[in-house]
Amino acid sequence: MLTTFYNIGNYFLLLGKVFKKPDNFKMYWRQIVHEMVSLGLGSLGLISIISVFMGAVVTLQTVSAIDSPLIPLYTVGYATRQSFILELAPTIMCLILAGKVGSNISSEIGTMRITEQIDALEIMGVNSASYLIFPKIIASLFTIPIIVIYSMFLGIIGGYIVGAYSDMLTIEDYLYGIRWDFKTFDVIYALIKTLFFAFVITSIPSYHGYYVRGGALEIGKSSTKSVVYSSITILIVNYILTQLLLI
Amino acid sequence: MIEIKNINKSFGEKQVLHDVSITFHRRKINLIIGASGSGKSVLTKCIVGLHEVDSGNIEYDGRDFTHMNFNQRKSIRKEIGMLFQGSALFDSLSVEENVKFPLQMYTKMTEEEILDRVNFCLNRVELINVNHLYPAELSGGMQKRVGIARAMALNPKYLFCDEPNSGLDPQTGIVIDNLIREITEEYNMTTIVITHDMNSVMETGDHITFIHKGKKWWEGNRKEILKTDNQELCDFVYASRIMKKFKNL
Repeated sequence: MLTTFYNIGNYFLLLGKVFKKPDNFKMYWRQIVHEMVSLGLGSLGLISIISVFMGAVVTLQTVSAIDSPLIPLYTVGYATRQSFILELAPTIMCLILAGKVGSNISSEIGTMRITEQIDALEIMGVNSASYLIFPKIIASLFTIPIIVIYSMFLGIIGGYIVGAYSDMLTIEDYLYGIRWDFKTFDVIYALIKTLFFAFVITSIPSYHGYYVRGGALEIGKSSTKSVVYSSITILIVNYILTQLLLI
Repeated sequence: MIEIKNINKSFGEKQVLHDVSITFHRRKINLIIGASGSGKSVLTKCIVGLHEVDSGNIEYDGRDFTHMNFNQRKSIRKEIGMLFQGSALFDSLSVEENVKFPLQMYTKMTEEEILDRVNFCLNRVELINVNHLYPAELSGGMQKRVGIARAMALNPKYLFCDEPNSGLDPQTGIVIDNLIREITEEYNMTTIVITHDMNSVMETGDHITFIHKGKKWWEGNRKEILKTDNQELCDFVYASRIMKKFKNL
C-alpha cells in the first residue's frame, strides 16, 4: 500500500519536472514531430487491421443476435456505429496502444536510464524528464485522437464490407443505421476520453521507464508493469468520465 | 580547479562516502582509483550533481555547487564534459547528431557553424567519415572517441571520464588515454578520471587519489604510488602477478 502511495506521489513529482519550461523550443519541437511520426504512423497498420475486423465482427454478431422481425435491420448499422464511437475506438484502441506504445516508451526510456544516456543529458544541464517525456505526451495528445477517429471510420467500413458481401443485411439498411439518431456529442465524448487516455498511455510508461533500476530484466518488468498500470488506469478513467459526461 | 570538502553520502543506512576532501587541479589528469564498491563512482556522481551530498561542499573554481538550485547549476554543467563508461551516446542519433546535441541545445550558432565545430571535434579525436553512422555501428574505441568529441563540443573547463578504458584492448586504451591527456593540456581543463586500469595510472596519473571503504586513503602522483607502503594501496596496485614481479625487481 505504501509503495502505491510512493509511486503515485513520485509520478506527480515527475510530471512537475516534465512540465517545466523547455530549455530550447526548437529542439523540443523537433522531438515532438519525431514522436508524432513514431507514435502515429507506427501504429496505423495495427489499428487499421484491428478496426476493420472488429467492425465486421460487431456487425455479424449484431445481425446474428437479432431474432425478432420487429427489430429493424438498420439497428445493426446503428449498433456498430455506437459501439465504435462510444467504446471500441476510444477505449479498446487505447488499451491496444497502451500495450504497443506504452511498452515501447517504457523500454526506450528504461534503456536510456541503464545505459546512462539520461545521466548524460542531466550532466549537460538538460532537464531530462522534460526533454524525454514532454514531447511524447504532446505528440500523443495530437496523434492518438486522430488514430481514434481513423479507427471509428475503419470500424464502420468493416461493418459496411459485411453488408456488401453477405446476404444477412443490405447496404441500404446498414447506411441508414449508421446515420440514424446521430449525436455529435458522442464523438466529442469519445475524443475527451481519448485525450485523457493519451496522457495515461504516455505518462505512466514514461514514469516506469524513467525510474527503472538494474538491467535488461528490470526493463522487461517495468515494461510489463507500465502496460498493466496504464490499462487499469484507462479503465478507471473511462468509468469516471462516462459517469461524468454521459449520465 | 575543483575542490571538494568533507563530503559525506549515505544511501539509507549505508554510508558510502566518509568525510572526503580532495582538490583537483587544472591542466592535470586527476585520477580516482579504488576497488569496485569503494565509492569512487558515487563520489564522481556527487561532484557532477547526479547525487546530492548529505554534507560537505563542492566548489568549481570557487563557485559553491552544493547549494545551487537546478538553474544555477545549469551554468556550471555547461562547462562540464563527461565521458561515460559505456559511452552513453544517444543511440537514436547519428554520430554527427550526438556531437551536435549540446551545441544545438545551448548555443546560438548557425547550422553551418555547428557543423564546422562537429567536424573539428570529430577530427580532433581522429574520426573521419563516420558522421552518419549510428553508435551501434561503431566499435567500442570509436564510441569512446565520439563520447570525447561530444564532451568537448562546448569547450568544457572540466572533463570527467568514468573508466574510459573499460572494455577496450590495451592499445586502444592507450590511444584514449593519450587523447584525454592531449585535450586536457590543449584546452586547459581540469580532468578527473576514474579508473581501475594500472596502465592508465602509470601513463597519465598526475594526481592520484585512492579511495578505500568510502574514505580518501592515499593521495600522490604516479612516481609516489610505486614507493608507497600503504598496505591497502599496495594490495590494489600489486594485485596482478606482473605488478608483483615488477615490484620485486
